Amino acid sequence: MTPDPITKLMLDILRMPPAASAHAADVDQLMVLVHWLMAILFTGWSIFFVYVLVRFRRGAHPVADPRGVRGRWSTFVEGGVLVAEVILLAFFSIPAWSSRVDAFPSAQQSTVVRVVAEQFAWNVHYPGADGAFGRTDVTFLSATNPLGLDRSDPAARDDVTTINRLNLPMGRPVIVYLSTKDMVHSFTLPQMRVKQDAVPGTVQPVWFTPTRTGEWEIACSQLCGLGHYRMRGFYSVQTREDFASWLAAETAALAPR
Amino acid sequence: MFLKHFFSTDHKVIGLLYAFTALFFLLVGFFLIVILRWQLAYPGQPVPVVGPLLGDANAPGGIILPEFYNQLGAMHGTIMVFLGVVPLAVGAFGNYLVPLQIGAPDMAFPRLNLGSYWFYLAGGVVMLSSFFVPGGAANNGWTSYPPLSDLSPTSGQTWWLVGMLCIILSSLLGSINIITTIVQLRAPGMTWFRMPFLVWAQFVTAFLLLLAFPALQAAAILQGMDRVAGTSFFLPSGLVVSGRPLDVSGGGNALLWQHLFWFLAHPEVYVLILPAMGIVAEIIANNTRKPLWGYRLMVYSLFVLGVLSFLVWAHHMFLTGMGTAISAFFQATTMIISIPSVVILTSLILSLWGGSIRFTTPMLFALAFLPMFGMGGLTGLPLGLATTDIPLHDTTYVVGHFHYVVAPGTIFALFAGIYYWFPRITGRMMNDTLGRMHFVGSLVSMNAIFMPMFVQGLAGVNRRLWDGGMEYAHAQGVLSLNVHMSIGAFALAFFQIFFIVNLFASLKQGRVASANPWDATTLEWSEDTASPRVYRDPYDYSPPGAPRDFVPQYVARVVSSGPAEG
Amino acid sequence: MDIPYTTDVRPDTGLTNPKLGMWLFLASEVMLFGSFFSSYALLRVGAASWPDQSAVLSVPLAALNTAVLLASSVTIALAWRAARQGDRAAYRGLMAATIALGIVFLGVKGSEYADKLSQGLAPSTDVFLGLYYTMTGLHALHIAAGLAVNAYLIGPGARMWQAQHARFANRVELAALYWHFVDVIWICIFAVFYLL
Ligand code: HEM
Ligand SMILES: [Cu+2]
Ligand SMILES: [Cu+2]
Repeated sequence: MTPDPITKLMLDILRMPPAASAHAADVDQLMVLVHWLMAILFTGWSIFFVYVLVRFRRGAHPVADPRGVRGRWSTFVEGGVLVAEVILLAFFSIPAWSSRVDAFPSAQQSTVVRVVAEQFAWNVHYPGADGAFGRTDVTFLSATNPLGLDRSDPAARDDVTTINRLNLPMGRPVIVYLSTKDMVHSFTLPQMRVKQDAVPGTVQPVWFTPTRTGEWEIACSQLCGLGHYRMRGFYSVQTREDFASWLAAETAALAPR
Repeated sequence: MFLKHFFSTDHKVIGLLYAFTALFFLLVGFFLIVILRWQLAYPGQPVPVVGPLLGDANAPGGIILPEFYNQLGAMHGTIMVFLGVVPLAVGAFGNYLVPLQIGAPDMAFPRLNLGSYWFYLAGGVVMLSSFFVPGGAANNGWTSYPPLSDLSPTSGQTWWLVGMLCIILSSLLGSINIITTIVQLRAPGMTWFRMPFLVWAQFVTAFLLLLAFPALQAAAILQGMDRVAGTSFFLPSGLVVSGRPLDVSGGGNALLWQHLFWFLAHPEVYVLILPAMGIVAEIIANNTRKPLWGYRLMVYSLFVLGVLSFLVWAHHMFLTGMGTAISAFFQATTMIISIPSVVILTSLILSLWGGSIRFTTPMLFALAFLPMFGMGGLTGLPLGLATTDIPLHDTTYVVGHFHYVVAPGTIFALFAGIYYWFPRITGRMMNDTLGRMHFVGSLVSMNAIFMPMFVQGLAGVNRRLWDGGMEYAHAQGVLSLNVHMSIGAFALAFFQIFFIVNLFASLKQGRVASANPWDATTLEWSEDTASPRVYRDPYDYSPPGAPRDFVPQYVARVVSSGPAEG
Repeated sequence: MDIPYTTDVRPDTGLTNPKLGMWLFLASEVMLFGSFFSSYALLRVGAASWPDQSAVLSVPLAALNTAVLLASSVTIALAWRAARQGDRAAYRGLMAATIALGIVFLGVKGSEYADKLSQGLAPSTDVFLGLYYTMTGLHALHIAAGLAVNAYLIGPGARMWQAQHARFANRVELAALYWHFVDVIWICIFAVFYLL
């Protein structure tokens, strides 16, 4: 689907990162509409503003007229702004938000991963073939096991873990269960139009459907300490085959242990 | 003796104490950000000139460490908001002008007034000295989100909390004083709707300070307990920091702080902007030589803003895991609250229509306020809609948005106010040429700094990054803007020299001004301050048949000027 | 310069300056304690487990303290009446009684703290105790501040009795207003921390 020329024009002005998820179009659509509203209002006000300054400068208009503007069109402008905002809110923002937080796909049809943030890295946890995440506990924490995964748990045997590396298959919903070990971090996938704060003590579900393959970066958007600026991870959206073979290779690498 | 001014209970003296202290802090806050901007433009390169003075713990060899970068950012925000703009807008302008404009002999509680200044000063001293404690000042953002702030290993954060408590106490005392003064001490004839718009703005602002700050007071006490007494109000169970389980009882809630903080901090935003609108309204009425358009509607809008500002706080927290219903509520209140702002802005622009506009220096700043504040307000829309907030949250877009509101917005209004009331305070005018150079330079450099932030933010560059985003691939295309913005900031610093020179030189050498140099109508320009009496609306400019183009509020009857009525 | 309405009522607002000031101050205090109670609610609702409050804290002691504070509210109200009526002896006695009751309150509170601490129940033990110490501690500070004001009003502050009697009586009224407020806060604390 190619956007209409007016949307396209604004998208070209805004120059957001390339959109690569199913819901990105909704986000970008609203972004474009809001910016058009802003542009129209700002231009309108500015033209009026400059016109008034020129026309009513003291040299051209030595005696002020205390009555000022007549007519109701300021009310219309204000009413118009309100109507526009209500439309943006009711028909764009709320539905799009609701589809993010209410309409989660089923786990069977999705790629489910856990992402655990910590100063200053992203720990990724795949459940493996059995679809079940193994038990984790602080007692198992170590430099080589930052998730504290209990490998003796049967569900954990096939779990794949990575650091700062999130691979995802294209065209299939992804559900990320986001949590943090320490501070507030914010899990950001710019091209997916995904951003979610990781709030200590809670698990935040996020879902999206990647629609393009590519290799990009995970960013942290919430000040989380000295290394906040370098809390960067990598994610790549792969074809299903590539993803499956990557996961298989990772799983195979686990086996001998 | 100079020091005796620090013990005066005269509202004018206290107002000036506030003014000079706040200007000093604005300068400090600005200085911090200029250093920070160097680092953003040239990450890892030694800061020229002042680099060696920053101390080896902060900037070895003049190169800013991430620790120090975070201190600069957090303290810039804190100082600008709580020690610079609010004390200048409310402490200085409120204290000096409110009693004069309503014809009161002084503030209702003069000693309390002095007390509130002292608490402010104490808060400022604590904040500044925290730079010199081991480990330096607070470095967790002006928002001080826990667990980061709770667990911050250096004592800077604790000093920050102590400083905030002093500042909060100061604001509470100050706001009680302003409200009581306005309610009780209006001169005979000064009915509510004869009050200048600035007084209304200060009135609503004082209520915001009074009722919103206690939430931060509570939050600061709770965080203080977490840091000092080992409680875990903001620390949930099971935290693991640097690979080690945290040794606290847990059971707390990290979001509690965010709720309490933003419950204060959103009204605080209106505290930053309402007095500015008040100043701009006064100056526009005076320099268009006509009444404000829609004065009453503007006053009602102030009240709507005031009330609604308590209902929007969670729009700062859309991405903390919010369901549809709650996010819909806060998006709706956010959209609704934009309407009274639009009403006030529109009324101010419409007030220009039919005027006889004099482009004096204060008027230039007041006029520039309108589009700049407009820009800040408009860019708030995509941040207030939860869906578009997803890509924009915590990017430089946000920084651009609120700086348009507070820097070329509020700060310009405050400059306007200083140029405008300087003759009332000193009996001398400020220099016009210097003023205009200050204006043009500041306007251009402000936009040069903040406009590119929108571009960067849309590209996905986050705020509070020590290297300005250099790590990230998506930032590469817009990285060079960092240099442009920083040059803008250095230029802005340069143009403030015109202001500082003007301010001090005009004290002694400015052209001597008459009592009412702007031909203004409001009471503060009256020569008879002993027993003021009010006879008319605040902006009786260009009334038909009057001998001159203004009739002050304190003038009883207009002597008709002949033919018009003859 | 004299400031009007420090003692007399402004006709159109029906208030004196200090009275309005006190009401505004109390409004901000309501927001302060309101923030604490909201925090309490949020933390408790979100807690995985919450101790049986009345088993940890001593309800009888708190009930005693409630009675003490209520009594002191009565004595300070009577003290104000005596002040208005110019009955200096009664005023002195009643204000002294108020202060004595306030001291009893703090004494009981202090012994409660000492008892808890000796059992190893510190603010850091859990969130409930943290809230308990923080909020009752803040309340105790309010009591202490009130005691200081009341002491001033029978001590050096009472020198105004003759010269500016109306103004003095107004001050006593404000002190009483504040004292009642602190009393009400205590009742909320009692209900929330001991009974709920
Ligand atoms: C006029 C010149 C100013 C400049 C050049 C400036 C620049 C900046 C920059 C670049 C940042 C982002 C720092 C980072 O990302 O690490 C920032 C943050 C901030 N500024 Fe300003 N600013 C100015 C004035 C103001 C004023 C007047 C206020 C408030 C009234 C203000 C309040 C803040 C706040 C609250 C933050 C956020 C601090 C944080 O990250 O915790 N600034 N400023
Ligand atoms: Cu992070
Ligand atoms: Cu971070």
